[in-house]
Amino acid sequence: MNIRSQTQTKDTADTAFARTIDLDTSSVRELNQFLHDLPRALPPGSNATALRVLNPRGVHAVAAGVDADVTIEIAGDVGYYCGGMNQHATILIDGSAGIGLGENMMSGLIHVRGNASDSLGATAHGGTIIVDGNASGRCGISMKGVDIIVKGSIGPMSAFMAQAGTLAVFGDVGEAFGDSLYEAQLYVRGSVASLGADCIEKPMEEAHRAALYAKLAQQGLAGEVDVGTFRRYGSARTLYHFHVDNAGAY
Amino acid sequence: MNEQVKIPRTTPRFSATFDPHTLSEIRRAAATGIYDIRGGGSKRHLPHFDDLLFLGASMSRYPLEGYREKCGTSVTLGTRFAKKPIELKIPITIAGMSFGSLSAQAKEALGRGASLVGTSTTTGDGGMTQEERGHSNILVYQYLPSRYGMNPDDLRKADAIEVVVGQGAKPGGGGMLLGQKISPRVAQMRTLPEGIDQRSSCRHPDWTGPDDLEIKIEELREITDWEKPIYVKVGASRPYYDIALAVKAGADVIVLDGMQGGTAATQEVFIEHVGIPTLAAIRPAVQALQDLGMHRKVQLIVSGGIRNGADVAKALALGADAVSIGTAALVALGDNDPHWESDYEMLGTVAGAYDDWHEGRDPAGITTQDPDLAKRLDPIGAGRRLANFLSVLTLETQTIARAAGKSHVHNLEPEDLVALTVEAAAMAGVPLAGTNWIPGAEKR
Repeated sequence: MNIRSQTQTKDTADTAFARTIDLDTSSVRELNQFLHDLPRALPPGSNATALRVLNPRGVHAVAAGVDADVTIEIAGDVGYYCGGMNQHATILIDGSAGIGLGENMMSGLIHVRGNASDSLGATAHGGTIIVDGNASGRCGISMKGVDIIVKGSIGPMSAFMAQAGTLAVFGDVGEAFGDSLYEAQLYVRGSVASLGADCIEKPMEEAHRAALYAKLAQQGLAGEVDVGTFRRYGSARTLYHFHVDNAGAY
Repeated sequence: MNEQVKIPRTTPRFSATFDPHTLSEIRRAAATGIYDIRGGGSKRHLPHFDDLLFLGASMSRYPLEGYREKCGTSVTLGTRFAKKPIELKIPITIAGMSFGSLSAQAKEALGRGASLVGTSTTTGDGGMTQEERGHSNILVYQYLPSRYGMNPDDLRKADAIEVVVGQGAKPGGGGMLLGQKISPRVAQMRTLPEGIDQRSSCRHPDWTGPDDLEIKIEELREITDWEKPIYVKVGASRPYYDIALAVKAGADVIVLDGMQGGTAATQEVFIEHVGIPTLAAIRPAVQALQDLGMHRKVQLIVSGGIRNGADVAKALALGADAVSIGTAALVALGDNDPHWESDYEMLGTVAGAYDDWHEGRDPAGITTQDPDLAKRLDPIGAGRRLANFLSVLTLETQTIARAAGKSHVHNLEPEDLVALTVEAAAMAGVPLAGTNWIPGAEKR
């Protein structure tokens, strides 16, 4: 395992978490074990920005299962399930991400500066995922409380069976958006190719604009877009109880 | 001769095709316009373990002394990749059943019973409860398409992880938990509004095939530091290929569930007409493992219609490493007990036939979230009954194994079996009794 401590000029608490892990010379297993061995609550004053991952080259499960208040900077593209089941960590990806980025995330932040593939934030319970580029199909599938912000567009079948949380899309959305939706809040600034079963457009009222603004402001994005330009989508709740009269909706 | 001749009449005759149950279902469908939903597994007559017999030792085989000579029953699961394989004292586990479909008392009873005899229980679609973790010494955590209640803390608490691809009652199907059973606690665990009908997905949200599953399993191993055995559960449909692909995807253990395996709620037409019987599934599954050189290296758990020690012994003889029970375990707890006959009659059924588990009105307090009904189940007493039942299954299995001359139940083999019917002989790959004919053997 090649974990380099960087020279630090600050206090000793900083140096405890100042690391570079090169995946050309270390394995994902070694990286994740290092991350899993970090205590959930890092000591006060620790430098939580110190961990940098080099040369990921699309490998899978990078920083999966982290349960620590640490910032991980990944220099390059990652494969499937980066940040899976993340708790507390901030994961910055200076590249693009494969399928299932932040799947089942519980808390923390994942920010991908490129694009994301299918099933972004699948079943994620909490935290925030930000995509600077586009996300592919099934974005936010079965999301259970996560906040997802996509600055570009997203693909078809997004927010399928989405249960809770917020999905905000600055660009366009593909077919069958919000199919079989539960109580997730969906905001789209561009066009929606089509709505899925039981998903309808709902009035974008002041309370909704304020809620969306707060979500964006929390991530320092409030100045990037006018929340008044978003349209809101939610569940019509007609499929909440199975009834033969709704059979045609499926 | 003016006397009127009374002409004999034939007795009323029901059609074998349109029998009374079929007629009643047509009338029910015509009245409601919706298919029938129920719990449990297939109720129709199927080729099953009853169609097999053990030969026992005689001139050419040497038996072990019953009650005297040791016959081992332990099984180790997860020896392929996991750092911490599971050690069970008996080759019988408790199948996945969710909190939600079952009451908390029932889950606790399952844990108590299994732990008393040194075996495992399994969570279900709805997450892990404190009751079942607290009362199950060995707990398998199911990783299902819906991921209700899924979280990494519970993942790390589990002793093994079971990726559920399908189940025998409904291969290719999801689930439906009706609103009556979505209590505040169930709703909170599943992040759903109270009282709505809750659908469970039929496919996973972030992988779509065996190549993806391989990467998904790698992720689960990474999250849990490669400690936990990873099971893959499939409903019996194309067992040879499904088992081969599960091995390829990196499973430590494979659970194969035949169509007699139960479900909390699914369409009757699905339960009775999709999938194949347990008996028909085992040999192709074992063949796949043998062809890959992975038999006994990737352990095979078989479930679906296991009722007694003979069933256990037959499944093991056909090549399984262990079996899993669901319906029989619920019956041991008290499900469908004649003690509640008057209650069952009020529901329009009788003890032994009650299968509307999805409605949440179970008189025995097992398949319900109604607090008053759930209180009827004493988890300590029910757990004791389950432990007794599991002990009987084990003793019966040992009895048969000793009679076949085996010092461990895993030494049972197909050569110990014959079939009573041509169908069973073909499915199980053992000779028709009294012959050396195995139908289809030349094509294997």
